[in-house]
Amino acid sequence: MDIYTRRKAINFFNLSVAAGTTLFGLFFLAWLLWVLFQQGFSHFDWNLLTLDTPGPGDEIGGLRNAIVGSLMLTGVGVLIGAPIGLLAGTYLAEFGRYAWLSHPVRFINDVLLSAPSIVIGVFVYEIMVIPMGGFSGWSGAVALSIIVIPVVVRTTEDMMRLIPDSMREAAAALGAPQWKVVTSVILKAARSGVMTGILLAIARIAGETAPLLFTALNNQFFTLNMDEPMGNLPVMIFNFAMGPYDNWHDLAWAGSLLITLTVLTLNILTRFLLRPKK
Amino acid sequence: MNSSDHILNALPGAADHAPQALGDRFFHAISWFAAVAVLFVLGAIIVMLYLGAQPAFEKFGFFQFLTTSEWNPVTEMFGGLSPLVGTLVSSAIAILIGLPVSFGIALFITEMAPPWLKRPVGTAIELLAAIPSIIYGMWGLFVFAPFFADHIQPLLTDTLGNLPLIGNLFQGPPLGISVFTAGIILAIMIIPFISSVMRDVFETVPTELRESAFGIGSTTWEVVWHVVLPLTKVGVMGGIMLGLGRALGETMAVTFVIGNAHELHAALFEPGNSIASTIANEFTEADGEVYTASLIALGLILFIITFIILALAKVMLLRMAARQEGHQA
Amino acid sequence: MTLTNTMSLNPFSETRARPDITLNMDRTIGGTDTTASTPRPIGGAEIKNPKIEVKGLNFYYGKFQALHDIQIQIPERQVTAFIGPSGCGKSTLLRAFNRIYDLYPGQRASGEILLDGRNILERDEDINKLRAKVGMVFQKPTPFPMSIYDNIAFGVRLYERLSRRDMDERIEWALKKAALWDEVKDILKQSGKALSGGQQQRLCIARTIAVKPEVVLLDEPASALDPISTLKIEELISELKDSYTIAIVTHNMQQAARVSDYTAFMYLGKMIEFNDTQTLFVNPESKQTEDYITGRFG
Repeated sequence: MDIYTRRKAINFFNLSVAAGTTLFGLFFLAWLLWVLFQQGFSHFDWNLLTLDTPGPGDEIGGLRNAIVGSLMLTGVGVLIGAPIGLLAGTYLAEFGRYAWLSHPVRFINDVLLSAPSIVIGVFVYEIMVIPMGGFSGWSGAVALSIIVIPVVVRTTEDMMRLIPDSMREAAAALGAPQWKVVTSVILKAARSGVMTGILLAIARIAGETAPLLFTALNNQFFTLNMDEPMGNLPVMIFNFAMGPYDNWHDLAWAGSLLITLTVLTLNILTRFLLRPKK
Repeated sequence: MNSSDHILNALPGAADHAPQALGDRFFHAISWFAAVAVLFVLGAIIVMLYLGAQPAFEKFGFFQFLTTSEWNPVTEMFGGLSPLVGTLVSSAIAILIGLPVSFGIALFITEMAPPWLKRPVGTAIELLAAIPSIIYGMWGLFVFAPFFADHIQPLLTDTLGNLPLIGNLFQGPPLGISVFTAGIILAIMIIPFISSVMRDVFETVPTELRESAFGIGSTTWEVVWHVVLPLTKVGVMGGIMLGLGRALGETMAVTFVIGNAHELHAALFEPGNSIASTIANEFTEADGEVYTASLIALGLILFIITFIILALAKVMLLRMAARQEGHQA
Repeated sequence: MTLTNTMSLNPFSETRARPDITLNMDRTIGGTDTTASTPRPIGGAEIKNPKIEVKGLNFYYGKFQALHDIQIQIPERQVTAFIGPSGCGKSTLLRAFNRIYDLYPGQRASGEILLDGRNILERDEDINKLRAKVGMVFQKPTPFPMSIYDNIAFGVRLYERLSRRDMDERIEWALKKAALWDEVKDILKQSGKALSGGQQQRLCIARTIAVKPEVVLLDEPASALDPISTLKIEELISELKDSYTIAIVTHNMQQAARVSDYTAFMYLGKMIEFNDTQTLFVNPESKQTEDYITGRFG
């Protein structure tokens, strides 16, 4: 085989492999979603919303307490974490843009972004569960907020930096002090991007299990009291999937689908919000 | 009014009009506090983990804890070797499988896909990352593991298992619950991260460079292998480290399929455990100071390892970006 | 690419878009001192009671000196144009008049800039108040992400508390002065971005005038616009000079000749010649000025 034919063959081979790997990746995505939808939908019924999780041996049950618990934990987690993330991101993009502090903060933030979430669970266990003498929804929410913060910092800074300096100069040229420039002009201009970042953070914590395992724990019964352990979908799924009962497995699938639908919807929503306009 | 050098403040409104200056100082301060909070959280995590792990380190000694595999809650003897090995092995498998696949995907999307295909495929791959870990666990436990045990594992055991030396790796009961399965699922989970970084850095290669390579008649593969990759080497390394960092810390997907056995085997198809899965499984039932402290010690070790890997990743990606700006300046 | 980049899984993505820094327009790639620096620019114009007087101004971007010993007097309620080849420092000089460069560390000025006799380069100068007095319109129209009404009200609200009716009046007044009122009076609630480029620039001018400055700085205000919008802006400038002192930077010599009463020619960070426009264009005193005007370089 002469050199040229050989090169072409190698090229063809490698590109085919590349296409193959892409199909490989897409195949797994499809397989996963297919199984999830199939198993989850087949166990969808109104009981999910009206009944609480069944105990061992209970015939029927639902996911009401887990759904409500997840909503509360996620909600409070975002309420705690997003403002901190927003402020820190604003520091990195505006007030502290030229400060030396911004470098270590940015670095550490990005590392925390990918840090193992189970370690965060252990951390919150030590600083909240032990002093409080028990598991609680509050500690679960705090653990989630620690995951929210780096996500929001990252996206806030990125979105604010996309706003050109000419806008800042125009506002400053009217005599606006820096804080006014940032709050009235820049944040407004970056508004949709920043909101999207928060949505992404919600999508991220909606499915997180590890940080809740020993903070909020789980609760078989319905409760709105965050001083107690709180039911939530991820830990419920974990417990039920490992359990011996079939109806538990069914509920685990249903819960998995619920979480995935939420997460996918949020992700698609953010892509829609960030699409290039006009 | 004398002429003299004035070095002026960087912040507008810093030295003047009272309410405005107050507003600036207030916002500067609260945003500063929030930024410091990020650093504080990291510091607090390390400190608390270290403190919590103390009883274990005192009893066993740091190095002994890392090198013994005995894990006995009854006699209160704990050694972290098995989870540590399981973490490293499953992550290694994840990288071995995930890296070539990620590279192929990045190649496909950046060089091969027609414009209308780029975005959908890219989005689809990124969706893999959006799916929570526990979903992978469910799918892994109920669907993939049985499938693997019935169809793939026997094949591998029969073929690779008979090879000298490495054949010992491919042995184990056909349960599908093993370090290997965990590695495969981890691979799928980290593919979107590595390929996303690769795509980003591939696209930073200046068009002129690629065009001139094509211009002398190079094939697509040759352009990628001889031009794009060498230029983006540092960034690619960063991406791999990022994937590795993620794999090391993954909990739920691994917990479902790794078997949770405190045993060390050479064979990959045997059940094992990882640091994250051990903590996830045993933390709530750990009684006694030493038991809990041992688990926290494992957490500390995991955190340190992932921190180092992720910090390295960040350094590499920063260097890549600096080089890119050097080109553009 | 940039937006999906940010939301990409690469949390370490450093290849996202950078905000544009509009400052680099006037940077030269080194400059050798070929002419001896003169304390006064050539030119017979004698300005009594200048609105702005610059004495011995030097400006630095980090280590690079962009302005050398600038000396000039800007007459009140006249239009003064600054011309010169790219990188001569005209924008840098303009941006010193409202200290907008303060936003960036590493940029500094030494010397004196006297506004009504008071040196604005003093450390304790109230910069925000200064900028309310010395307004600036930039090359690129930058409407704020708000309604047209709020765009203009923004600056006013910084320093005055006006009733709803007074604010409406002020906005109408500003838009009329900017020759934009008729076009937008029914769509005041719409976003500023909904306007065309020329309209956006007039909006920016209205925004600047609404705070009732004494000086208006125009940094290549029409260079991003089509010829018709440019004409409108030039007409506007002629009207505005009755009420404001205007300094305009332009790379378009014909525009400078059309619009200004006085012209300053700069080269390589030095003030070469300053004279009334008629004299400078018809009978320049410096050879460099003549070369530039006749198109021999630049």
